[in-house]
Amino acid sequence: MTIEIKGLTKHYKEIVVVDQLSLCIEKGEFFALLGQNAAGKTTTIKMLCGLLPPTDGDAMLDGESIVHHQVAAKKKINISPQETAVAPNLTVLENLLFMGQIYGCSKIEAKKRANAQMNLFGLTPRQSSKAKTLSGGYMRRLSVAMAMMSHPKILFLDEPTLGMDVRARRDLWKILSQLKGEVTIVLTTHYLEEVEMLADRVGIMHRGKMRALGTIQQLMHETKKHSLEEVFLELTEEDSL
Amino acid sequence: MKAIVFATRNHKEIVRDPITLIFGMGLPVLIMGLFSVMQKNMPFGLFEISNLAPGVIVFSFSFLTLFSGMLLGKDKSSSFLMRIFASPMSAGDYILGYVLPLLPIALLQIIFCLLTALFLGLSFNISVLLMVGVLIVISLLYIGFGLLFGTIFTDKQVGGIFAIFVNLSTWFSGTWFEPDMIGGTFQSIAQLLPFVHAVNAARAALSGAYLDVCLPLSIVIGYTVFLFIIATLLFKRKMRGQY
Repeated sequence: MTIEIKGLTKHYKEIVVVDQLSLCIEKGEFFALLGQNAAGKTTTIKMLCGLLPPTDGDAMLDGESIVHHQVAAKKKINISPQETAVAPNLTVLENLLFMGQIYGCSKIEAKKRANAQMNLFGLTPRQSSKAKTLSGGYMRRLSVAMAMMSHPKILFLDEPTLGMDVRARRDLWKILSQLKGEVTIVLTTHYLEEVEMLADRVGIMHRGKMRALGTIQQLMHETKKHSLEEVFLELTEEDSL
Repeated sequence: MKAIVFATRNHKEIVRDPITLIFGMGLPVLIMGLFSVMQKNMPFGLFEISNLAPGVIVFSFSFLTLFSGMLLGKDKSSSFLMRIFASPMSAGDYILGYVLPLLPIALLQIIFCLLTALFLGLSFNISVLLMVGVLIVISLLYIGFGLLFGTIFTDKQVGGIFAIFVNLSTWFSGTWFEPDMIGGTFQSIAQLLPFVHAVNAARAALSGAYLDVCLPLSIVIGYTVFLFIIATLLFKRKMRGQY
């Protein structure tokens, strides 16, 4: 098991954003976390990445507690945030080297990893371009490649294809599907087609609670619906709780 | 090591935005030239170069506030900071990473302004070198303000705050006129703030009155330490997502 979440909860005063979330994600699994806006997906990801302290509960990331061994847990993970989050005046190569080195790689090792990531993400021809000159699609690729520089055991992708055109999105899907099995991926997205294409299992959150968990086929069978979209709409109806 | 890697990235981000950098170097030089020309046509010594140069150099440091505040603010709004908050770097690494690349820029500002001042008639002696040391310490005060602004505000807000900060810090610094020329509440506020003490410390160093450096410089150092403590604490809170 790479991720074990036990009763993870986040309150902001009286408002419960994530409510007693518990689930396990297998090693190498591509897991999609779905939900409407304000369902608690990003808060969950932020807690798992050590960016927000949980109000209650804990999660073990490859055996390290996010509450008690946060630094050790942080070494095992990486994140590609919702915004592209690249250093705009640095070149593609410099962005990648920077990420490798803050995770403790030597310059030589970082260069080796950067070359591998540039090959995988099709960034080699743009390696000397400043990040701010890249198109939206290439910037997203760079963002995910930067997250891969630390060779994480767990990769969090927070809406990685947001705002991308169809072709750029499909290109990124192709790249992400190559990562399947090698690294445990937790994806949040609003594009259900993306989930159908990539995810091994799906979790649907609504008002901070996990409403459903399973493969797309299982969820369709349980809800007697014919598509993921119908399942999603059924489970996130405002009066469905 | 991580702080150095982060500092290198921050250095590149700043120097590859040359317009702001050139403005931060060029404006103080231009101001010094203009005020020196004004002085030549004045019947009394308000803008003597030995008095003007330390003040203008301290004024130039307000651009360090802009550089550090904008960079931190931009990193925050682009989620770049979120990416590195998720890394195993400590708050100390971040703060050091933002401070280190600004010190060579401060040194460059000092050198440009001093060369201009020497050209305009400032005589070179050992006191000039002492002033350089004092000025480097003072530059940390302005970097500290930038870190505080960048931690609290967004990059767009930092731009607006800088406009207010550069005016207030210069009026209360005694660079253009001594606060006692206005007196009253203005002078009291000026004494409470660190800016006039920064200029006084630099002027005392340049004039060779070394003992007179101690008190104003101590006040500046006290303020700097206070600012860094506050900025680091707020930064740690930000890292933990507490505000």
